[in-house]
Amino acid sequence: MNHDFNELRLDGVTRRFAGAGGQAFAALSELTLTIKRGEFIALLGPSGCGKSTALNCIAGLMQLSGGSIWLDSTRIDTLPPEKRGFGMVFQNYALFPHMTVAKNIGFGLKMRGLPDAEVAPRVAHALTLVQLTGQENKLPGQLSGGQQQRVAIARAIVIEPPLVLMDEPLSNLDAKLRIETRAEIRRIHKELGRSTIYVTHDQDEALSLADRIVVMKDGIVQMIAAPHDVYGQPANLHVARFMGYRNVLELKVEAEDGDRVTVAGPDVRLTGVRKQPLANGRACVAMRPEEFVLGAAAGGANTIAGRVSNVEYCGRDSLVDVVTSSGTLLHVRATGSPRLDDTVHVHVPPERVLVYPSEASA
Amino acid sequence: MSGAAAAAGLAPPRAAFDRALLLVVPAAAFMLLLFVYPFLYGLMLSFNPKEGGALANYSHFFTTDNLWPTIWTTLRLAIPATLINVGLALPIAFKMRVKSPYQRWATTILVIPITLGTVLIAQGMLTYFGPKGWLSQFLQFFHLYEGSIRLTHNYWGVLISLVISGFPFAFLLILSYITGIDPVLARAASTLGASPRAQFRTIYLPLLAPGLAMCFCLAFVQAFSVFPSAVLLGSPAGPTRVISIAAYEAAFEQYDYSLASAIAMIMGFVQLIVVAAVLGLRNLMYRGPVSGGKG
Repeated sequence: MNHDFNELRLDGVTRRFAGAGGQAFAALSELTLTIKRGEFIALLGPSGCGKSTALNCIAGLMQLSGGSIWLDSTRIDTLPPEKRGFGMVFQNYALFPHMTVAKNIGFGLKMRGLPDAEVAPRVAHALTLVQLTGQENKLPGQLSGGQQQRVAIARAIVIEPPLVLMDEPLSNLDAKLRIETRAEIRRIHKELGRSTIYVTHDQDEALSLADRIVVMKDGIVQMIAAPHDVYGQPANLHVARFMGYRNVLELKVEAEDGDRVTVAGPDVRLTGVRKQPLANGRACVAMRPEEFVLGAAAGGANTIAGRVSNVEYCGRDSLVDVVTSSGTLLHVRATGSPRLDDTVHVHVPPERVLVYPSEASA
Repeated sequence: MSGAAAAAGLAPPRAAFDRALLLVVPAAAFMLLLFVYPFLYGLMLSFNPKEGGALANYSHFFTTDNLWPTIWTTLRLAIPATLINVGLALPIAFKMRVKSPYQRWATTILVIPITLGTVLIAQGMLTYFGPKGWLSQFLQFFHLYEGSIRLTHNYWGVLISLVISGFPFAFLLILSYITGIDPVLARAASTLGASPRAQFRTIYLPLLAPGLAMCFCLAFVQAFSVFPSAVLLGSPAGPTRVISIAAYEAAFEQYDYSLASAIAMIMGFVQLIVVAAVLGLRNLMYRGPVSGGKG
């Protein structure tokens, strides 16, 4: 165990469960992914998308229904979890309630048969790494949520695993602590130089932490790319929706010129960039509320006229709902604060209008 | 900080008298009339012997050759029976902790004896284990064992019946303790390199220990007060002359209620010593929550 590795290869990893009525459904289907040494991978998706299933399959806590997992040239999906030697951080921490902080952290080393004299300094080092020195003799029940979380991280990394698996480790923390611990996780990952697989439903976490993001939905991988590409160039409408493209309009295709596509509705006419091949003359355009400019001159290209129907004040800016005369609703982020029922014009640059095939035709 | 808030929320408000408390009055009256009063009456009675001073009954018990050894006779039955019950129930309940299609059937079969009375069990055992019973006939028919088998009307008959009637009780109790332990703890241990055996030793056993101690106490008290099976399946004049038989004889054969009360008090005192010892050990163990963090 504890052998270093160059790459972890998931080859068509599939997990089926018996569903209602005896029908099997695939919680995870055909996940194929190669993770290099030192990489930070985020599995991102809504709940029920199969991301935790994938993590449990890699950890060995769940049997595969199909496919295989390879650590370099060793097949590991047939090994029990205790033989894989990966560190795992659980969503509810899963600290051993009857052991002190030091005993919790030293557990994995003890299981590897290390003598006490060697365990103690490594536990002390792990405690410094997660900044919990001085807490070693407390029981987990005496710690705050954030401290318990850091004990769980220390316990997983003290065994110096080639791969650390994290299952939504920040979901139980409050907003401030979440941002602090997020930075800490990134720092520890850098310091150890090993690989991390991080499961989350929070796009901010995935964007800020990961080298590559795997976006999933209904057990199927939608996109594997660097954060910048997942954010700016979503591969399909599911990813776009998940990455905050809140404005999705289904419109008629008027013209296609290379990647440039012009679509139109009764009172909307937009030119955008095609991301996937289109069919049957209809298309969905996806736009982020942040990309709109409120208060543009009337009549310009990619400019839509409408009435302000709602204003949500958010501090730095406001979230404004704009309704066109035919009833199309647009969510727009604006720094000014327009008044209700004002008539406004919003502009969006063509390269920030993403065009996907209409969902009905997909 | 959420812990502090919860603690503050749990602090009892200094409110007026809660009338819902009146709901405990019937139960309290019941306890007073049917438990506390008879107990105190028996205690007083035991100090008013037919002849002699206040402690005459007690000195009689500890100086009479067919009375004081009943304590050991009873302990010799009750402690092995309790150890067997708890020791058998623990691995079986551990195997049954995960949901599986046959779990419900297995649990049902294991629990059925709890619904049978001791007399019914004794009746069945006499037919099955007796000298002319099925077991003996079966072994002799297949020439597996030629000698005579005596599993009734002796020590073993009573021990077996205590196991049959006591096991389901211990099993159900331990099963509920085991299923209360978050299985994610064992999974966490496995990712840290703990084999199934090590998971049991380092996670389940320490978290179960207080429950096992409690289970031991309850099973012991039940076994210590053995009476029907000691009479029906044992040899009540000899090796299974348990303390409850001595009390019965004093009360209903010699009509010495005072001596019988004294024997009952001694019986209760011995139980109390064992229970106090086991629970004292329990205080040395971890007794906090058995989940691993925020749920």
